[in-house]
Amino acid sequence: MIAIHNLNKSFGRLGVLKGIDCCFDQGGTISAILGPNGSGKTTLIKSILGMVLPDSGRIEVFGRDIRRQHSYRDRISYLPQIARFPENLRVHELIAMVQDLHKRPGRPEPLIHRFGLEPWLDKPLGTLSGGTRQKVNLVLAFMYDNPILILDEPTAGLDPVAIIRLKEMLEEARAAGKIILLTTHIMSLVEDLADEVVFLLDGQVRFRDSVAALKAAFDAASVERAIASLLLQNGHASSGMQAGAPVSEPSKC
Amino acid sequence: MGKILKYTLYDLLRSRSLLFYFGFYLLFTFGLFWLSGDLQKVLVSLMNVVLVLVPLIATMFGVMYYYNSREFTELLLALPLPRRDIFLGQYAGLAGSMALALLLGVGVPFLLYGLAASALVGQFLLLLGAGVVLTFIFSGMAFFIALRNDNRIRGFGLAILVWLLFAVAYDGALLLALALLRDYPLEKFALGASLFNPIDLSRILIMLKLDVAALMGFTGAVFRKFLGTGLGSLVAAAVLLLWVLGPLGAIRMVAEKKDF
Repeated sequence: MIAIHNLNKSFGRLGVLKGIDCCFDQGGTISAILGPNGSGKTTLIKSILGMVLPDSGRIEVFGRDIRRQHSYRDRISYLPQIARFPENLRVHELIAMVQDLHKRPGRPEPLIHRFGLEPWLDKPLGTLSGGTRQKVNLVLAFMYDNPILILDEPTAGLDPVAIIRLKEMLEEARAAGKIILLTTHIMSLVEDLADEVVFLLDGQVRFRDSVAALKAAFDAASVERAIASLLLQNGHASSGMQAGAPVSEPSKC
Repeated sequence: MGKILKYTLYDLLRSRSLLFYFGFYLLFTFGLFWLSGDLQKVLVSLMNVVLVLVPLIATMFGVMYYYNSREFTELLLALPLPRRDIFLGQYAGLAGSMALALLLGVGVPFLLYGLAASALVGQFLLLLGAGVVLTFIFSGMAFFIALRNDNRIRGFGLAILVWLLFAVAYDGALLLALALLRDYPLEKFALGASLFNPIDLSRILIMLKLDVAALMGFTGAVFRKFLGTGLGSLVAAAVLLLWVLGPLGAIRMVAEKKDF
């Protein structure tokens, strides 16, 4: 459903994405997009959403080139990294607004109940704490039954109970056959939820395989250690290993 | 665009900064009436404040609003909406809410002090019209500058520089040019130069409608001869419209190509 072909993007002289080729077409899969800071995770996600315009390459969503298109986003749910909303709108007004802009009603009520947001519905968004804002952010992202779900650091600011709720929601979304892309720095979340890891380094996909395969490839007990080994491996060009060589062939479209 | 405009208005009309802006005009205009009951004098004093303050506040507010709503804009960009609708809606909401604060803040005291029964209705409407147009022009320029500059400090600096250029430096440079070239016939040059600065153009248009126009001397007569005619008024209105449309087109162009 998402096909990325030879995607390149630079910001000034800094090349962020360098010939990315990958597909996300398996429903019911949680793909964790990982990589160090500045590796291009957010740029890749924003390119799929049309927020970052590629220098070259092509992205197809639902079989159609997304260039100059906007209607395809109606079937993608997105959770941005930073939850900041118009300060003077109230929570229920924001939820109504997003539904109004989608031109179709979502189902926010079960999510409001799940995160215990009822007491906050009538409060201006500017008065909410960071964690509560993130819960509102999650309601906005999950209130539509869309086939694609893109989450950028979904656990930011959440308390442990809310994280458990989020994990439940992600498992339900996977069971419903959705394609879920997730970026996170919380490796336990990857370990618990992800079906596959897409590891970006220097703007390229350096590894793409299941979590078990990642751990096996580096003989590591945890995802965290496997990722550390992967990074070290790519930083040791002089040790005979070619820097930048993928340790697992990224699955192309 | 309409929906984004509606929600931007909804948000901004409840913001403390805008309430403060409205309150300032309300108190200031009431204060002027309290000090002098003469509508004409109040109008002239108000003109001097409106022509400097409106562009300054519109500039500051325009930059601040863009930077403060950046993350929310990203959320909107992920919705099935064309970029044009998002940015033009936000701009229209921003300028519209400020224009509304000006109209009500100045308009209410004038109405209470018997403007409707006086002969100055036309001049008053011209002042308010100029204030509204300047709001749209300067908030548009500020929005464009902020859109082009991700660095907030640079964006703020450039926006203030633009305001300074139009509100202060342009007049200084023009006066210097007129003084240096005083041996030449400069009336047409002065007339032409005023069209390139929306603040000057608004000031001249308002002053021509007030008795103080006599103070403008020979140049004033030339302005009156041109801008006082139907064609002149039409040219002035067209130039002001271009000043509004220019930043609007620039916002649209940059928004289509920008990475967020």
